Amino acid sequence: MLRFALTRLTLIVPTLVGITVLAFFLIRLVPGDPIETMAGERGIDPARHEALRKAYGFDRPLYVQYGVYLERLLHGDLGRSISTSEPVGSEFLTLFPATVELGVAAILFALLLGLPAGIVAAIRRNTILDQGVMGISLTGYSMPIFWWGLLLILLFSVQLGWTPVSGRISVQFFVEPVTGFLLVDTLLAGDRDAFRSALSHLVLPAVVLGTVPLAVIARMTRSAMLEVMGEDYIRTARAKGLPPLRVVGLHALRNALIPVVTVIGLQVGILFTGAILTETIFSWPGIGKWLIEAIGRRDYPVLQGGILLIGAVVMAVNLGVDLAYGLINPRIRHGR
Amino acid sequence: MTRPARFRSASLAVLALAGAAALASPAAAKTLVYCSEGSPENFYPAVNTTGTSFDANSQIYGRLVDFERGTTNVVPGLAERWEISDDGKTYLFHLRRGVKWHSNRAFKPSRDFNADDVLFAVERQWKEEHPFFKVTSSNHTYFNDMGMPKLLKSVEKVDDHTIRMTLNSAEAPFLSDFAMEYAGIQSKEYADAMLKAGTPEKLDQEPIGTGPFYLVQYQKDAVIRYKAFPEFWGGKAKIDDLVFSITPDASVRWAKLQKGECHVMPYPNPADLDAIRKDANVTVLEQPGLNIGYLAYNTQKKPFDDVRVRKALNMAIDKKAILDAVYLTTGIAATNPIPPSMWSYNKEVKDDPFDPAAAKKMLAEAGFPNGFETDLWAMPVQRPYNPNARRIAELMQADLAKIGVKAEIKSFEWGEYRKRLQNGEHQTGMLGWTGDNGDPDNFLNTLLGCSAAQPGGGNTAKWCNKEFDDLVVKAKAVSDQGERAKLYGQAQVVFKREAPWFTIAHAVQLKPVRKEVVDFKLSPFGRHTFYGVDLK
Repeated sequence: MLRFALTRLTLIVPTLVGITVLAFFLIRLVPGDPIETMAGERGIDPARHEALRKAYGFDRPLYVQYGVYLERLLHGDLGRSISTSEPVGSEFLTLFPATVELGVAAILFALLLGLPAGIVAAIRRNTILDQGVMGISLTGYSMPIFWWGLLLILLFSVQLGWTPVSGRISVQFFVEPVTGFLLVDTLLAGDRDAFRSALSHLVLPAVVLGTVPLAVIARMTRSAMLEVMGEDYIRTARAKGLPPLRVVGLHALRNALIPVVTVIGLQVGILFTGAILTETIFSWPGIGKWLIEAIGRRDYPVLQGGILLIGAVVMAVNLGVDLAYGLINPRIRHGR
Repeated sequence: MTRPARFRSASLAVLALAGAAALASPAAAKTLVYCSEGSPENFYPAVNTTGTSFDANSQIYGRLVDFERGTTNVVPGLAERWEISDDGKTYLFHLRRGVKWHSNRAFKPSRDFNADDVLFAVERQWKEEHPFFKVTSSNHTYFNDMGMPKLLKSVEKVDDHTIRMTLNSAEAPFLSDFAMEYAGIQSKEYADAMLKAGTPEKLDQEPIGTGPFYLVQYQKDAVIRYKAFPEFWGGKAKIDDLVFSITPDASVRWAKLQKGECHVMPYPNPADLDAIRKDANVTVLEQPGLNIGYLAYNTQKKPFDDVRVRKALNMAIDKKAILDAVYLTTGIAATNPIPPSMWSYNKEVKDDPFDPAAAKKMLAEAGFPNGFETDLWAMPVQRPYNPNARRIAELMQADLAKIGVKAEIKSFEWGEYRKRLQNGEHQTGMLGWTGDNGDPDNFLNTLLGCSAAQPGGGNTAKWCNKEFDDLVVKAKAVSDQGERAKLYGQAQVVFKREAPWFTIAHAVQLKPVRKEVVDFKLSPFGRHTFYGVDLK
């Protein structure tokens, strides 16, 4: 197990270097530069443009700029945002908890609904229930996030008034951030009303962000369950006279979970993509919105740092998923 | 995890409030919520480039002079009066006494605002050797764009309450330039304290100003909280708390306004306007913006060096159709290069009529009976003065085809587009402008003067007409506004006669505001300031 973990950790290093190369050079292939973008209609005179390029180090050959970037990176310095002049690492740490809070809520929502829906669809195969679950999950998977988000806002926030429109907490609450996770911070502050407000703000964005993973998890659970349910040991379990709940819950589900867990790990990357749109619609102050704005402003340090950090998080989660296989299924404990 | 810098609160009030669950109840405190469209770049207006940042900063900082709320008139600010020498080159500012600074937990001011602070504000942007020149950013965009490094000869402290600024040449818009946000004044005492503590950047992150509101908390992409400053020199604001609830999506801003989660919202989605206008709880304030959208003919390239060709194209394009199809109710047809709300606007100037037959005839006179081929550049992005350049280009293309002109629509990435256009690589291209200081010079000279016709300059028609240029250059040096208005009026006649642009439209500024908001005034510059605003 330890050896497996170490091997995987070693593989992370070249992957991270690959990400730095891609992030650094690809964003520079996009036309326009940060100074031009900042200038807007008024433009900028060539001498001043050159002076600013020099000030930001953009006048040096690309490979030199990349070398400088790597050197700083090894010292833990991700650079400063061109737009705000704030350190990239500090901006990331400020915004990341919001994205994590939203992502975790979305995955929980997807799991709580997706797993049972998939199981039910598999057990009641080819019934209206099965077709209904699969039809709804296909619709969910195909739903454009932007449209889905606005639709839910119009229905639940504007028409029914059940949920707030956007943001993380009502502006009437003033909670000093400690961890950055508002649900935790409101509890630490001992403020139940603020906690309720934060929770109610989380509902719609989590549903929107969780819709695609929910659909994927439901479909994957169904097909994995169907495969497992056809196995000999399930027939044996049934023949033994085990209650159906025990057959499905213990024997079938545990084995069916392996591909589902893999999918959940892969969904983390997709969650970050979805978070970009969800955060924009719901004014959620996370890293998705931060990166989108950085692209518009050609804020190279933010893009490089942001992509690298997100890449690291996705890899860490997938490593965790790989290690979790062993916990779910003893047959594939690593290193045995 | 260390608490991120952004979350550090900026005022003593935070300490008092930190444990408290909520701000005071609505019955006790008046809280106005503004659904702003984005986060500010930082809290140092001199390096800001976006209206969003200026909105966030103008609540905090004072300037020597201000724009009167809702107008472009310059009124006293931190300078209570001023004298201008007869040659227009020397400005003597008499500073207001007893003006208090905000405070925060890192710094408590020991003195009132004085001349040292004004010197600091100017020199920080001007002198490269100044210890704060490079703090946060050395890109003092507006100070440079308004030509200050060349214009300023000296800035001296006469005494604690008097500042003398000497210019290299007379510049009538100088006062307006100093009413702009980049000229916001920071505390030198605070700057010195932060420099000594080894944290000079805090000056721009945890701001201290003399404005009507002080910053309580900023959470990037989420919220900016201010409180009314009780010791503000103009008297305490009518509202107690001001909250910017950062909401980037226009439809979501509208949903929040509908639900009463915010009181004022900028930049409504045109598709929502019908519904917004029907809402009984909301008023839509409207005002023609201080802007112009135009199609520039490159007068240094054939065939657009011939005024007859330019005139012919002006007559061939159906402006009304563009307004109806693209601007809907959010634009008015433009005749002159300056908007009608600006002083010196010449009402006598008549627009070129839409007359394809006359256009074809004039084109034949110019030697193009069968038309010609040209490019037609359209911006890839929506701008405040032009909601959809691509669609406009298509309408223009169809109109031009009717007189035999085959126009090929071209576009580039936005930064690249503007750069190439300003380098004069186009034959015809769309662009526009939003005014900075309410002075006609900021349109006529900046966009059409000979000095801006150089490659890279803002004169995208690359049009250098001596008659026009003499008028605007002279008007810049004259201090009497009546005389300036006459000169600018004549310049507009020359402009229309020579037709370097097809003037498209002035976009109308629309601001949905809830009915409980009292006395919110539209800023001609599109800014959002809340001093003087009340809640029912």
